[in-house]
Amino acid sequence: MPYVAPEQLMKDRSDYAHKGIARGRSVIGLEYSNGLLFIAENPSATLHKISEIYDRIAFAGVGKYSEFEELRIAGIRLADLRGYQYGREDVKARDLANAYSQALSTIFTQQMKPYEVEVLVGEVDGEVDGAGIYHILFDGSVSDEQGFVAMGGHAEDLTDALRDRYERGWDLATAVRSAVQVLGTTPETREIAPDQIEAAVVDRTRTQRRKFHRLTPVEVSSALSS
Amino acid sequence: MSDRIELPLAGTPFGASPSFLDLVRREHPEAIPGPGQDAPFPVPHGTTVLGLKFADGILMAGDRRATAGNLIADAKMRKVFAADDFSAIAIAGTAGQAVELVKLFQLELEHYEKITGDRLSLEGKANRLAQMIRSNLPMALQGFVVVPLFGGYDERKDEGRIFYYDATGGRWEEDDYQTTGSGGQPAKNSLKKRWRPGLSAGEALRVAVEALVDAAEDDAATGGPDTTRRIWPIAVRVTASGASEVPEDEVVAAVDAVLQERGAS
Repeated sequence: MPYVAPEQLMKDRSDYAHKGIARGRSVIGLEYSNGLLFIAENPSATLHKISEIYDRIAFAGVGKYSEFEELRIAGIRLADLRGYQYGREDVKARDLANAYSQALSTIFTQQMKPYEVEVLVGEVDGEVDGAGIYHILFDGSVSDEQGFVAMGGHAEDLTDALRDRYERGWDLATAVRSAVQVLGTTPETREIAPDQIEAAVVDRTRTQRRKFHRLTPVEVSSALSS
Repeated sequence: MSDRIELPLAGTPFGASPSFLDLVRREHPEAIPGPGQDAPFPVPHGTTVLGLKFADGILMAGDRRATAGNLIADAKMRKVFAADDFSAIAIAGTAGQAVELVKLFQLELEHYEKITGDRLSLEGKANRLAQMIRSNLPMALQGFVVVPLFGGYDERKDEGRIFYYDATGGRWEEDDYQTTGSGGQPAKNSLKKRWRPGLSAGEALRVAVEALVDAAEDDAATGGPDTTRRIWPIAVRVTASGASEVPEDEVVAAVDAVLQERGAS
């Protein structure tokens, strides 16, 4: 095999992953008054980008579906096993974020091809304002996001748009409406139909143990028209 | 039981197993109860539980007593649980095994729902429970028997359904009501006289409480309502709007009504 400098190798892999992710649509995660909202433009009503991991933890993925789906399932398995062997309150988003980071980092350096994905792991705790979002990239780097985050195809533009608008303490309808407007600013300005929106919340005010709730099409439409 | 189906050429697993039980067996086999030794001492047993249909769905109820030999091991045991949003499970038999089975079954349903993004059908849940009881057979042969009742609201058929099981995993569907546990027979005799099709939710609770009172009168291992220590039966109701525990004051009212009627006669 010809010699390839490690710098070049990593750069090639990174470019490859970036290209793959840039082809897909974006996901926005943000804190609102009752917890966390994950929202995406997704023409499919059944192939989800956003899903439930555990009682207070949600997941979102962008990029190659088969790859983030694999990560999603691994996350649910890790969480359910932990909760069974220890206690339900011992399942933490930080542990999941670390596990994803380790796995993606190993894949990035050791596999032929890196995963073309980015994922979010979000968690709310019982207290007011207690919410956190971890953003994990294809190479395993993790960041702990405050307030809002965008990932996927046009993450930078979306993040800029969010920075201009985002306010703490938005109610759900305002959060959904604003996030959909932001999603509609790139790559070209357009109106996104309600049935193209996938949204879910981790709502700390829910009485059930499982705080995750996927917004129904009716809930999305009514938030958008309010 | 292996959940791994492989593609002939690639040799990679085909499809993600939605089973939590298979996952624990594979990753942490020590964490689930397996065949053990005969216990050389009495272990706690839970006693009487019942399930019945009413107009809007099903109701499951149980007494609170667990016995170990001639001793009362627990006066406040919980034997009736919501299994998920639309089903409930009630257990009789070796208490430790039974509670563990319920925990695993609840996780099995939740895990399936999260992995596939869809709830199991009621039929699917009932079958899965049968398989879990069957896998407990080695323990059952050593005397650690667990016999649950399972019921729920079938969202596809739009009706409440009840299933009961034996220690080998045999599964039968009930048309009206069923009981199990040491006080099961007197409870069933009581239901036979009192139950009728199309009961209201309140009537169903009253009939269930009355059956448990009858069971406690005839079976030493079944605990009746204890008005001194305020220990009441636990009941879970499942209807089209979901599974929920019957609030304590409603149960107390039903108990009072039954006891008053008996005192008066």
